[in-house]
Formats: sequence, C-alpha cells, structure tokens
Amino acid sequence: MCADHTPQTETSRRHAIEIFLGGGLLASLASFLYPVMRYFVPPAVVDLGGDEVVAAKAAEMKPNTGKIFRFGSRPGLLILNADGAYRALSATCTHLGCTVQYRPDLHEIWCACHNGTYDLNGRNISGPPPRPLDVFDVHLRGDEIVVSRKREA
Amino acid sequence: MATLRPNLRLFLRARSLALAGFLVLAPCLSFGQAVNSCLDCHSAQPGRLEVTPETFSQDIHPQKGMTCVSCHGGDASSYDPDQAMGRKAGFKGKIDHRQVPELCASCHSNPTYMKQFNPSLRTDQLDQYHTSMHGKRLAAGDIKVAVCTDCHSVHDLRPPSDPRSTVNPVNVAKTCSRCHSDAAYMKQYGIPTDQFANYSTSVHHEAMVVRGDLSAPTCTTCHGNHGAVPPGVDKVQNVCANCHAFQAQMYQKSTHSKAFQDRSLPGCVVCHSDHGIHLPSDAMLGTGPSGVCMRCHAPGDRCDRARAAIQGNLTQLDSAIKDADAALRLAESSGMEVSEARLNQDQARDALTKARVTIHSFQTALVDQDIQAGMKIAAANLKAGKDAMVERNNRRIGLGICLIAIAFMLVGLWLYIKKLES
Amino acid sequence: MFAALMRWLDERLQLEGLIAPLRHKTVPTHRLSYWYFFGGITLFLFIVQVLTGILLLLYYRPGANEAFESVQYIMTRVQFGWLIRSIHSWSANLMIFTALVHMFSVVFLKAYRKPRELTWVTGMLLLFLVMGFGFSGYLLPWNTLAFFATKVGTEIAGQVPLIGKPIMIFLRGGEEVTGATLTRFFGFHVAVLPGIVTVLIAIHLFLVQRLGMSVPPKLEARWIAHPDEKREMKFFPNFLLRELMAWYVAMGALGALAALFPWNLGVKADPFISAPAGIKPEWYFLFMFQTLKLIPSKVWFIDGEVLGVLGCSLAGLLWMLLPFFESDKASRTKVWITGLSIFALVYVIGMTIYGYLAP
Repeated sequence: MCADHTPQTETSRRHAIEIFLGGGLLASLASFLYPVMRYFVPPAVVDLGGDEVVAAKAAEMKPNTGKIFRFGSRPGLLILNADGAYRALSATCTHLGCTVQYRPDLHEIWCACHNGTYDLNGRNISGPPPRPLDVFDVHLRGDEIVVSRKREA
Repeated sequence: MATLRPNLRLFLRARSLALAGFLVLAPCLSFGQAVNSCLDCHSAQPGRLEVTPETFSQDIHPQKGMTCVSCHGGDASSYDPDQAMGRKAGFKGKIDHRQVPELCASCHSNPTYMKQFNPSLRTDQLDQYHTSMHGKRLAAGDIKVAVCTDCHSVHDLRPPSDPRSTVNPVNVAKTCSRCHSDAAYMKQYGIPTDQFANYSTSVHHEAMVVRGDLSAPTCTTCHGNHGAVPPGVDKVQNVCANCHAFQAQMYQKSTHSKAFQDRSLPGCVVCHSDHGIHLPSDAMLGTGPSGVCMRCHAPGDRCDRARAAIQGNLTQLDSAIKDADAALRLAESSGMEVSEARLNQDQARDALTKARVTIHSFQTALVDQDIQAGMKIAAANLKAGKDAMVERNNRRIGLGICLIAIAFMLVGLWLYIKKLES
Repeated sequence: MFAALMRWLDERLQLEGLIAPLRHKTVPTHRLSYWYFFGGITLFLFIVQVLTGILLLLYYRPGANEAFESVQYIMTRVQFGWLIRSIHSWSANLMIFTALVHMFSVVFLKAYRKPRELTWVTGMLLLFLVMGFGFSGYLLPWNTLAFFATKVGTEIAGQVPLIGKPIMIFLRGGEEVTGATLTRFFGFHVAVLPGIVTVLIAIHLFLVQRLGMSVPPKLEARWIAHPDEKREMKFFPNFLLRELMAWYVAMGALGALAALFPWNLGVKADPFISAPAGIKPEWYFLFMFQTLKLIPSKVWFIDGEVLGVLGCSLAGLLWMLLPFFESDKASRTKVWITGLSIFALVYVIGMTIYGYLAP
C-alpha cells in the first residue's frame, strides 16, 4: 500500500509489535498469576475459626498457675489447678474492664484495679465486680490446650 | 396526754359523726382491709401532721403488717379522738427526737423478732449508733444531730435496696448533705460544710451517681453508716485500701507512710484530697498548679529529682503509646489490617496504669521497671504500624509494576490492530 | 507454533466448522459503537468474579461462628488474600455498574427491538440475577452492616401481599436472619445463581452471535438507503482485539482499586444489638430504597411499603417487557418509550445520589 514502507521499517515495526505484545502478554499474565500462586500456599498460622483458640501447650503450664491468652479480640485466662484440672475464663473484669490475674496464694482470680475477687468458677465473690466472668470450655488436643466458647444447649 | 382545745374537739366530734355514716360504706371500699382511723383523719391534716395512705403504703412497715399503732400506740379502730389518741390506748403522740433510736431499736435490735421478717438483717444498729458522733452527741443532749428517722425518713421508709430510698447508696450523699452542707445549721460545730460540694466533683460521685456503679464509695463507705465517725488520721489509708489495695500496699512500704504518720498527716488525703477526689493525672507529679510533691519538697533536692525522673518516664511511655496509636491509625486508614497490634496496645496501656500505681512506692527503680515493660510493647506495636505502612507501599509498587505490564500489553494490542487494519 | 497448535486441535475437534461463522461476523462501526464494548466488559468482570470467588472458596467458611473470622484470616494472613478479596468486592460493584450501563445503552440505541426481544429479556433476567448475586454475597462476611442490610432487605421482600411472608422465610431460612440465612445465601451465591446465570449467559451470547449487532434505527434506515456508507469491522480478530484492550483496562482499574482502596472488614455481626442509625443498602439498591422511604406510610387504604414493593416489581416487569410494547412501525409509542427511558435513567441516577446525601 504505502510505497515508503521499506522492508526495514516493516521489520522494525513488526519487531516493536512483537516486543510489546509478547512482552506485555507475558508480563501481565505473570503479574496476575504470581499473586494467585502465592495465594494457594496455606499460611503458617492455621485458621481455627472464631470459636476456638490454642491457649497454650500442655508442657508450658505448671500446676497452680495462670496464663493470659488472646481469645478473639479480648484476653482470656487459662488456669491449671493444683489438682490438675484446667479452667479457662474471660480475663476482662466485669467492673471496669481491667485484666484479671490468677492468685496462686489465694486460689482465686483477682483484679488489681479495685481489689475485686472471683472464685475459680468465675463467680464474683468480693469487691466491686457486679457480674461473674464468662467461662469457656477447655479440651486437650494432643499436647495443645484448646479453649472454645461454651456450646449453647 | 393530749388535751385538745374545745373548738378543735367540737370539730373533731362533728367529723366523727360524718365519718360514722361513711363507715357504713367504708367496708365496701376497703375490702378486707382493717380500719385505720389514724390514716383516715391524718390524710386530711395540714402540714406536718399529714400522712396519706398513698405515702404510708410506700413504707415497708405497713407492708410487713405493722400499723401506726405499732410505733405511736393508740386505737386505730376508733374515730373518737379521745379514744383513738387516749392515754388508755397507750398513745405516744409525736415521738420525741431523743427517744427515736430506742423506739426503733425496740424491734430492730431484737434478733428473735427480726428473724420473723428477714433473718439476714443486722440487729446491732443501736449499738453502732452509740459509738457514732451522732449517738454520742445525742446522749449529751444535742437534739440537732441525726436520729434514725432523719436519714431513713419516716412514714415512707423504704428498704435501702429501693432506688427511691433516702439511704440507697445513690442517695446517701444527698441525705447526709441535708445537714452537713447547711452552713447555718452546722455553724456551732466548727466543721467544714463543703464535703458534699467537693464529693460532687469527685470520680467516686461520677461512678456512683452518674454511671450507677453501686460499688463506688459514698459517705457511709468510708465513714460508716450507723457508727458514722470520720476515720482517724492514721486510719485513712486503711479505708482507701479496701478497694485500692495495691496502692495502699506500696504506700505502706514507702518512706511517706512513716513520714506522714510522724507529722499526723492523713495519708492518701494529703495528695488526693478526702471528698473532692479527682481522676489523678501525671500533672500531679509536675511543678504546676496540680503538682502535689512540691508542696512539701524543696526544689533541687533528692526527692525533687526522683519526682522529675518518674514524671519523665511516665510521659515517655505515654507518648510512645500515642505514637504507636497514631502509626496504627494511619495504617488502618490506608486499608491495612492491624487489629492484633491494636489489641496489644491495651497491654501497653495496662503497663502504664501499673506504673502509675507503682508511684505510690515512691521508688524510681520500681516505676522504671513497669515503664520499660510498657515501652517494649509500645515499641513492638509501633513497629507493627510501620511494617504495615511498608507493606502498603509494597502493594503500591506491585500495583505499579502490574499497571506497567498492562500498559505494555495495551500498546502492543494497539500496534497490532493498527497493523492489521493498515 | 501457534498455527501448529491450531492445526493439531482442528484435526481432532474440527474447529474450522465452528469458527467459520465467527470469521464472517461483523460489527458495525459508527459514532456510537463504543457502547458495544460494555456487554463484553460485563462478561469479563463476571469471569473475574468466578475466578476470585473460587479462590476465596479455598479459605472462606460459611457459618455464623466462622464466617467473619475466615474473611479476616483471608485479609490478614493469606498471602495476597487482601488482593483477591478486594478484587472480588470491587469487581462485583463494577460488574453491576457496567451491566446497568450496558442495559441503558441498549435502551437508548434501541437494540432491544425486533428481532432481539429475547436477548433483552434474557439480559434483564441476568441483571436481576446479578443483583441477587450482590445481595447474597454481601451477607457472607457476616459483619454488622451486612447483617442489618440483609435484615432490612428481606423484610422489604416480605412486604409483598400474600406470598411475601413465605418468600421472606424462604430467603432467611427461618423467621429471623441467623446462621441459617448465611448458609442459605452461601448456597445461592456459589451454586444456585452461578448455575442459572451460566445458562442464561450462554443463551444471551448465542442470541447475540446469531442475530449480530443491532444498529440504531435512524442509522439503519440510512444504511439501507445508502449501502456504500455502511462501515463495519470483522468481529474476529479486530473487534475481539479491541475488546481485549477494554478487558485489560478493566483489569488495571480493578487492581488499582483493590490496592489503593482495599475492602474493609467491618465489625462482626451481633444479632442482639439494635440496627445502626441511618443504615443504607449498597448503591445499586439505593434508588429503590430511597423511593420506598419517600412513599407515605399510607396511601388510600394501602400500606405505603406494600405499594412501594408492588410498584417497583411492576416497574421491573414492565421494563422487562419493553420490546413488546414497541411495534415495528413508526408511532407515538416510540417517542413515549424514549421519553420514559430518559426519565428512568434520570430517576435512577437522581434517587441514588439523593439516597447517598440523605441522612
């Protein structure tokens, strides 16, 4: 058609097209596939769902001690009694929201903010707290201590 | 005992006649209720003699089966004033102020009697009252002091658990202030009358009356109720220690405890005030108007330096927490997910709270321990926020690369189309 | 090499027989032919939805206890999970937008007229189903906004007289919005709707391929009178290459939106709290929602909301039957319909904006 299209410009133009098309295709497909490939790889932390969490390993809990762990968006308290039973409760004090702690000397749960105390069943027994602490279920799975919300009856 | 003037007697006689007619119909209205001539007359009496059935039905005593006669004596079945309020019927009339405690105690101090109604009620109120300032002054002849009916009200006496009761925790301060804030009334005693005004500005008032936290302290929590007496100067921290256990423990072991005691200074009250207790701030450690340390200590001495160090540490942690908060907020508004770090900020704030409690030990080293724990957490959260921003930038770089690849492809397609159609 | 591959496939699938008609297909080119791209863009976005949806299925868990946490997991822990999820959410909105643009362009270019009535009807059904996709998918993250939007939306559906209550119970999987609703919506979203939509898309595309592209009436008349003025390009490869460019632009837009404005997580739904004040549905339902809000609570003896729901449903039905009101011959109906279409567009846009600005 155009007489001034020399074979030189033709090849160079085809070359340009090949670079852009081929390179563009490759690059765009790579940039789409790279995230997808990474996505397929399961993350290190397994998702147990919102109702359950691994509070601790069985080995790390000593008798008559408590451990604070994260449960959803609030702290929880895991206690290993002297007699070997596990208990898990919400660690948010029902008075003004401070984080409670386990008192091995009293065998009770205590809040440092205003001296409130709860028994090991979460019942508020002295001081300002108006309500008991929520109690969770505890199961042993292998060497993991799994805490889950109480099942509705 | 009552000698009524002739015209009043006539009036009452006339009234009795009218009431006699009413009596015929009365049983239809008061189905099964016992006749109470006291209320029937006194509901129409003026001023302080007025007690209506509506008022009296609110009182717990008639709800438990008592009547006017139980306290005042007399004969409630008769409409004849001489008979109803006669000496033969044991009428006591208005109970004398000095005799009120004994009258109430005639039932309330009798455990066997009270067991019929509520076995868990205490029966030592009168004994307690005798130890109180009110009780002692009453025994000495002062009739201006409070007796049972002044605080508990009379004829509409509700149990303390009722929110409308004058001795319900939410209302106690107001009840006490009826006398104790009346400057004219209290003039002869020489004690301050600004307690209620101060208490109304306090955190405890805010917790109790505004937020409805019934566990917050009111007058009776620290002063006692029946045995009300201000705690002695050396007892103040014992009272505060009931709730603020940690602070009291630290204070007890500190240098200030003995120093204040030796100078007869009232412990916690020295820095925190007694009634107008406000939310403490770090400024209390400062040198400004809210600063408490420099009221006693000299500038430049060892204590002043410790004060400055503690204040500096607290400020350091506070700003570290704020910086981490800001970084996390920035990350969140850029669309990054930092909820875990946000949660850990609570731990940092807990550490700061703990440090503020440790101040009461007045030892810089101990405060510093708590501060450093908090600093570590705040630093980790700040890092999380910064990492989130780095990740955000990485995403933008990734996007840029992808867009360049797409642009390449578009150019390639365009050239190809052009070539096809030329 | 590409040619060798095509030859290999052709020997085994006899592709030439299938592709041959496609080679002949042409697309008219005129001032307004840019609107032709929108159908393809909508299809592309649907494909994106299917692909990202399948990827999300690898990690999402339906169920009131787990849904929110699984989406949070995808956004925070899964590598590029934030990207896949944000693309899915943005593409959903973009797809509904391009579908609406496509629909209105068909209306104003009068492409629905004979013989393309069935294409229009299948297209309208697809639009309704795509909005159903949006409604069902919106609930799946199980956050407060989604929960209450679903509550209000199904409540409105329940307003239809007689059949409304059964419809609402069918949608909710019970009387109230619960975990059962979530499971049900999940089933609709990943199985029922994709199945139906795939079949309808196949029919819709088949009809488009079979009947070719429509041209606005005036232009058609002109081209019949002056055949030499007719301009067209080959579908394969010229139009397709251009379509591919449009798809790439859409891909870039999606990536930019996902990276710059990642979709947020919200707060986990709590059925026991009261609905947040000023709750609004997503933008594509806003014009209907705002209309409902404006109707007085009682019109005559009819309950306002019932009237609104019936009115919207009737409008939708009539809109779907639009081609059947317009005959081939020139008539006043055509002018009326054009006017109605303009009114409809202005109304939808206006009410959407109003719905956004209203408190």
